[in-house]
Amino acid sequence: MKKRRAIFYQCGICIFVISVIGILINNLTINLIRTDLGFNFSWLFKPASFALAEHPLPYSSSDSYAWALFIGWLNSLKVIISALLLATFLGTLVGFARTGKNSLLGLISAGYITIIRQTPLLLQLMFWYFIGFLGLKENIFIHIKNIFKISNQGIEFYGLTLSSEFSALLFGLGVFTSAYIAEVIRGGILSVPRGQWEAFRSLGLSEQKGLFSIIIPQALPAIIPGLTSQYLNLAKNSTLAIAVGYSDIYAINDTIINQTGRAIECFIILLTSFLLLNLLISNSMEIINKIIIKSRKYN
Amino acid sequence: MKPIVIAKNLTKSYTKGIRALDNVSLTVNQGKVLVVMGPSGSGKSTLIRTFNGLETFDQGEIDILGIKLDCNHNERKIQRIRKRVGMVFQQFNLFPHLSILENITLAPVNVQKRHRSEAEEYGMYLLGQMGIDSHAKKYPSQLSGGEQQRVAIARALALKPELLLFDEPTSALDPERINEVLDAMRRLAKQGMTMIVVTHEIGFAKDVSDQVLFMDSGKVIETSTPDLFFSNAKHDRSRKFLNQLDKN
Ligand SMILES: Nc1ncnc2c1ncn2[C@@H]1O[C@H](COP(=O)(O)OP(=O)(O)O)[C@@H](O)[C@H]1O
Ligand SMILES: [Mg+2]
Repeated sequence: MKKRRAIFYQCGICIFVISVIGILINNLTINLIRTDLGFNFSWLFKPASFALAEHPLPYSSSDSYAWALFIGWLNSLKVIISALLLATFLGTLVGFARTGKNSLLGLISAGYITIIRQTPLLLQLMFWYFIGFLGLKENIFIHIKNIFKISNQGIEFYGLTLSSEFSALLFGLGVFTSAYIAEVIRGGILSVPRGQWEAFRSLGLSEQKGLFSIIIPQALPAIIPGLTSQYLNLAKNSTLAIAVGYSDIYAINDTIINQTGRAIECFIILLTSFLLLNLLISNSMEIINKIIIKSRKYN
Repeated sequence: MKPIVIAKNLTKSYTKGIRALDNVSLTVNQGKVLVVMGPSGSGKSTLIRTFNGLETFDQGEIDILGIKLDCNHNERKIQRIRKRVGMVFQQFNLFPHLSILENITLAPVNVQKRHRSEAEEYGMYLLGQMGIDSHAKKYPSQLSGGEQQRVAIARALALKPELLLFDEPTSALDPERINEVLDAMRRLAKQGMTMIVVTHEIGFAKDVSDQVLFMDSGKVIETSTPDLFFSNAKHDRSRKFLNQLDKN
C-alpha cells in the first residue's frame, strides 16, 4: 500500500517537472519567433558601441560585444577577489574577537555581526555608495601625504586608483560577507574541545600562540566548507553591482539585452560565466582543503 | 620546610548561591604529595585549577612559589606561575596534530626560547623516563590511553616545573593501563617532585601521599595523613565516601 502510494507520488512529480520544462521551451520558441531574431551568437562580434568606465584591459566602444562581455567578466572577477580578501581579513578579526577573552571586544563584534546580518545587502551597498563615498567632500576627505586619499572620486593608494563605484561594491560585499565569515570562524573555533585551550594555557603559551599553533589547525576542517559557501554567496551577490553602476558581467549583459534584444543568448552567457566563476572558487577551495588534509598526519 | 602552595580561604561560585569552593585553605611543602579526594562535584577540579590560573576565584588568596594571586586574577603573574607549574588532565589533552615529540618541545621552544635541538634532546630523555621513547615520531591517536597519559606527564615535565598538578590522571584509563601511569607518578614522587593529585586510587594515596585532603560541597571536610584517613577517618562523610569506594 505504502509502496504504491510512493510510486504514485513519484509519477506525479515526474509529470510536473516535464510539464514545467515543456512550458519553458514553448515560451522560448514563441519568443524567438516573435522577436524574429532566431537563436544565434554572431552578433557577439559586432561593435558594442557603448563606453565602459572601468576596464582592466584596453577597451573602446568600437570593440566587439564579446570583448565587452569579457571585460565585464574581468571586472566581476576583480571585485569578487578583492572583496573576498577583505571579507576574509575582517571576518577572521571579528571571529577571533568574538571568541576571545576580552568581553568588550566580544560585545562589539557581536553587535557588528548582528547589525550587518539583519539589514539587506542592497541597502548596505547604497549606504557605502551614496553616504560612504559620494557623500564625501568634492575635494579630499582623508589625505595622508600623497600615499592614501579617500574622496568622492574613490580611493587612491600609491597611484593605484579605485573608483567610488568599485570601492562601494568592495566595502559593501566585503563587510557584508565578513559578518558571515566571522560566524564560520567562530563555529570552527568552538568545535575544538575546551581541553585543548586548557592544555596550551597550562603550558604557559600566550593566547595568540595557542590560537595559531593549536586551535586554528584543528578548526580548519570545520571552517573550510563554510568559508567556501560564503565565497560562493559573495560571487553571486556581486551581481548587485548594477545598483551602484559598476560595470560587472551582469550590468554589461543588461546593457546588451537593451541594445540587441538578445535576452536568451545573454542569459546563457551569464549563467555560463557564473558557473565558471563559482567552479573556479569551489575548485580552488577544494585544492586548499586537500592540501590541509594531506599535511595533516593524524586522523 | 619551604612551602610551595599556600591557599587561604578560597571561595568561588559559578552560579549564585552555590559554592564550588567554600573557604578552602591548605599548605603543601616542597617535595610533598597531597592527594585530594571527594565525591563528584565536590570542587576538586576547581580547586587545583585555581593553582595555575585556569579558574578564577571570588575571595581569598594563593601563594604559589612566592607569587601571590588574589581575586583580581593578574594575567602577568599567572603567566609566571604557568611557566613553573605543570598540569596533567583526565582526558590527556595532547595536541592531536603534533607528533609526540612536538607535543613535548612546543612549550620549551616557544615559552622558554630554548634551542629546538636542546629541547628535543631533553624531550627524548623524558620520554625514555616514561618508557615510551620509541613512540616519539608517532601521533597521539596512534597510542593507547596509558601511553598518551605518560606523554602528557612528559609534556608537563618539559618546562622543569617545581610543582605538578594532576586532575584524576587515571580515571579515563582502562583498568589494566592504570598502573603504568601510577608507577610513573610514584617515580616522580621518589625523585622529590612536589605534587597535588586528585585521585580515587587508594593504593597510590597510601603509598605515596604525605597528606590526604577530603572535600565535599566545596568545603574541606578533613585533612589527615593517609594512615589515619584510611583506617580511622574522623568524619561521617569521609567514612561514607570510603565505604562507597570500597564497594566499587
Ligand atoms: N564551568 C562551570 N560552570 C558552572 N559550574 C561549574 C563549572 N565547573 C564546575 N562547576 C560546578 O562546580 C562544582 C564543582 O565542580 P568540580 O570542581 O568540577 O568538581 P569535581 O572535580 O570534584 O568533580 C560542581 O557543582 C559543578 O557543577
Ligand atoms: Mg573533576
